[in-house]
Amino acid sequence: MAQITAGQAYGFFTDTSVCIGCKACEVACKEWNELPGNEPAFGDGYDNTGSLDSQNWRHVQFIDNVPDETSSTGQGKAWLMMSDVCKHCQHASCMDVCPTGAIIRTEFDSVFIQPDVCNGCRNCIAACPYNVIAQDEHKGVAQKCTLCYDRLQGGMEPACSKACPTESIQFGPVEELQQAARQRVTDLHEQGVTQARLYGEDSSIYGGLNAFFLLMDEPEAYNLPNQANAVLPQRNNLGGYLGALGTAVLAVFGGLIALRRRREPVADGPAGAPDDAPAEAAPETGAGED
Amino acid sequence: MVSLAATFGRGAMTNHWRDIRHADLILINGANPAEAHPVGFRWLMRAKLDRGAKIIHTDPRFTRTSAVADMHVRIRTGTDIAYFGGLINYVLENDLYHREYVEYATNAGFVVDQGYEFQDGMFNGFDEEAQAYDPTAWTYQTEGEDGIAVVDIDHPRSVLNLMREHYRRYTPEMVERITGIPQDQFLEVARLVGEMGQPDKVMTIVYAVGLTHHTTGVQLIRSGALLQLLLGNMGRPGGGMNAERGHANIQGNTDHAISWEILPGYLRIPAPGQRNLDDYVDQSASKRSHPNSLNFFGDNYRNFMVSLLKTWWGDTATADNEYAFDYVPKPATNSSWISIFDQALQGRMEGVMLSGMTATSIGPDSNQVLQALTNLTWLCVMDPFETTSSEFWRAPGINPAEVQTEVFMLPATHWIEKDGSFTNSGRWAQWKEAVLPPDGEARHDQWILAELFERVRELYRQEGGSFPDPVLDLLMEYADPLRPDLDEIAQEVNGRNLTTGERLASFGDLADDGTTTAGDWIYTGHYPEEGNLTKRRDGVQDPEANDPTGMGFYPNWAWSWPANRRILYNRASADPQGRPWDPERPGIAWDDAQGLWVGDVPDYPPDVEPGPDAPLPFIMTGEGTGRLFTNSVADGPFPEHYEPIESPVQNPLHPEVSATPAAFRYDERAGRPNRFGTVDEFPYVATSYRLTEHEHYVTQHVEKLVQLQPEAFVEIPAALAREKDIETGDLVRVSSMRGKLEVRAVVTKRLGPLQIDGQTVYQIGIPIHWGFVGIRTGQHWLANALTPFVGDASSRTPEFKAFLVNLEKM
Repeated sequence: MAQITAGQAYGFFTDTSVCIGCKACEVACKEWNELPGNEPAFGDGYDNTGSLDSQNWRHVQFIDNVPDETSSTGQGKAWLMMSDVCKHCQHASCMDVCPTGAIIRTEFDSVFIQPDVCNGCRNCIAACPYNVIAQDEHKGVAQKCTLCYDRLQGGMEPACSKACPTESIQFGPVEELQQAARQRVTDLHEQGVTQARLYGEDSSIYGGLNAFFLLMDEPEAYNLPNQANAVLPQRNNLGGYLGALGTAVLAVFGGLIALRRRREPVADGPAGAPDDAPAEAAPETGAGED
Repeated sequence: MVSLAATFGRGAMTNHWRDIRHADLILINGANPAEAHPVGFRWLMRAKLDRGAKIIHTDPRFTRTSAVADMHVRIRTGTDIAYFGGLINYVLENDLYHREYVEYATNAGFVVDQGYEFQDGMFNGFDEEAQAYDPTAWTYQTEGEDGIAVVDIDHPRSVLNLMREHYRRYTPEMVERITGIPQDQFLEVARLVGEMGQPDKVMTIVYAVGLTHHTTGVQLIRSGALLQLLLGNMGRPGGGMNAERGHANIQGNTDHAISWEILPGYLRIPAPGQRNLDDYVDQSASKRSHPNSLNFFGDNYRNFMVSLLKTWWGDTATADNEYAFDYVPKPATNSSWISIFDQALQGRMEGVMLSGMTATSIGPDSNQVLQALTNLTWLCVMDPFETTSSEFWRAPGINPAEVQTEVFMLPATHWIEKDGSFTNSGRWAQWKEAVLPPDGEARHDQWILAELFERVRELYRQEGGSFPDPVLDLLMEYADPLRPDLDEIAQEVNGRNLTTGERLASFGDLADDGTTTAGDWIYTGHYPEEGNLTKRRDGVQDPEANDPTGMGFYPNWAWSWPANRRILYNRASADPQGRPWDPERPGIAWDDAQGLWVGDVPDYPPDVEPGPDAPLPFIMTGEGTGRLFTNSVADGPFPEHYEPIESPVQNPLHPEVSATPAAFRYDERAGRPNRFGTVDEFPYVATSYRLTEHEHYVTQHVEKLVQLQPEAFVEIPAALAREKDIETGDLVRVSSMRGKLEVRAVVTKRLGPLQIDGQTVYQIGIPIHWGFVGIRTGQHWLANALTPFVGDASSRTPEFKAFLVNLEKM
């Protein structure tokens, strides 16, 4: 692939229509990132990884819809496989809630947790709408896909896409991937595979996902929030915030009135409320499409 | 490999992985490439993505391959001959075969001699006492003294007409009764396949051990090969009969004679009674049966054999002593895999050396194999890790105190610790370097064997023995005879001109006068004077320069046998006049201006002009053609459907001869009690297989892969699971006449019920990877405890893929 340059947005296009569930991505990721992995445990025979967590930064989901008929169409419909990963959202709520500034947006436009800055508060774990992040109990820090930040800095593509044998995981500049993905959907639709759709390639999902997907079913089938749900909480709660702001302003006025009436010095308490609202709203502008 | 050699002349994948992207239609039978060959599978996906090729996966299970195929057709395991037979019938009855190709490149027109017969499930020539056919009963009608066959395609006994007759019984209705594929679905496949007989269309058949591991394994493969010949798809880019080999170098193993019945380069092992080279060549080499047959292999057999003998015994091998032909063992009995352990069971084996495999896990009827190992005086295991064989004496159920076998464990290097070449499915020999230094005291296998050999030689020198000459005279011409370098061995395999001392560039230069050597003639040319060509890496970094034809041959990437040809039998990719059947996808083409064949390395004399007297396209067979009819397999000149040895139904074609009469039933023949079960006790069909997460048994030592697949399980059809109140994760007992597994259940619709001749048949899936050694040693169940000790008539391959079991919830 072309040279990897800082300042450009990179990501993954994961095309589930050609995923064969080989899990080479899972293994390559663990090998490169030196993740020891979890204690071996039986899951359901094919998916024994279970979920993305601190040890699994790629996880192949298997969704079995195989019908009873003796002959059935494959085409990625009957047995869905999808290599899940951190989406590197444009509106990254993990970054918004990180109190230490450990989570940053890198020069490759990826979302990266700096392990030496992370204090293990777990806010990001709760905030991530995709359940991507988990705590490494041994190291005491939150972990997730780094988009192989160290490899990118060395000019190499991430380990998972490098290992993917069917090009289900493609790595590249996000804009190029978006074009390729739109073409792929068009081709599939022409071949009669009308259920193929893109997820997160435009700004409708959390402002756009740098790691986006071609899905063969509704997002819900893959445990992904659909477009209606995939918005940051602060947007949904804007009204609430405004309400809180209003209340706070009223409280300040109320306090001032009360103070004036009592002719006492201004206290800390009432003045704190107005400060809180901007503090919560600020990340929304901070995480804008820059 | 027996099947492809019998049909086309060489036992190997005819095309190569990258070539699959040229196909219009991909039939996958008895294979699960997405799981077993995920990296090669990219080329199937490229055919689909770039050309819109259709993939039809016909398999008992809906697998990760089916998930991305256009169609999954559920078939009862072991019945692919009925499926391919039905397609052959459809193509013949509807006149969809590639007529010009069939007349030119197959033996369709050869007239079969009187006496050929097929009745009530039996071909002519069966010897009841030997329980075997005499294949010489299936011959051509000849004229004159020199064995030239009569060719007349309209003759009632022409191969084509006999074939029509044979497969007329394989109607869509019969296909449904045997395979469980509903007629309408079968016809949907047949219509797609039928289009592939047009010259500008091409189909590939991809298969693996799902076809091989049956008592009819050789014929299962041959039935697909026949269909490909009829459709004119052999020798063509995007076509072929593509065997996917089971690990990185299994093709290399076969090429260098890992099978007992061959010497390196597919020369037959000499047989008792052959007193000299004349006898050997006469009984081993193919004979010309058409005046235009080049019969390259047959005519050069002696050159190849003499060069091999010169490699082994050097100056001792002279014209006067028939080049030491006497030194080569002439085994009187079969020495295939099951036969070895059968002999041990009978107490006729003193010791066994195992390298690169673990007998306890890989053979059928593990309990019987464990007994066989117990019967040995000694067992020597050369392996990087402890295996279920080196540890067999502590297998569950075995009391170490009662095992008298002395076990030697010799730590061997892993392939990652040594250089050398891998030969992949597509016959590319690719050199690799050592990545890590050997761990601890580990030594290379070739060092262990060399030192062992020299010590045995020393014993012969000091103590004598009966017929010590072959051992005393064997050449070990390495810088250090105790530590041969793989580079030295590669040069030895290539061979040299003994007069000039130079390494040879072509097997065409091999002679029968003792002036040349070749350790494996098909590899002659891989290491000429200019260097080791398997190290070449001119690939996709510059497609324009490195792939001049644009067909993906990349001739300077590594080296493929024979002669760096990428597609075998590629003369058949062009019509008799030398024009590619499909100009868009040429294999080779005759270039009048140059007076040469251009494109791939021609599988043909490079400068012989097309014409009525030009040699026929299949240069390795005596006919000069692909063989629709053959006497090179042991159980019939045409493939016929027989039931597995253990089957829930009677063969609807001929219930009296339900299973193949020629299968080798080891227990019966050795006078031991039969270990086959019946449907009353064992009502479910089972089939064994691999999962993508593991490689055989060795990856039980690899932590990350054990995490992906930590525990043994069996897959159970949802409908059957409901009957038995079984849910995913429950413990179940699966038992056969021979043994049992107690493992977790995975309940799925991916293995559905089949309607076979009016009855419901359930198939249970048995992944094979677990044993009692490795990271999770609690997983001690050996899948092959269930499988039967029986072999195919020709190859003696075990029936791992179809047997009967019972299922209980624990």
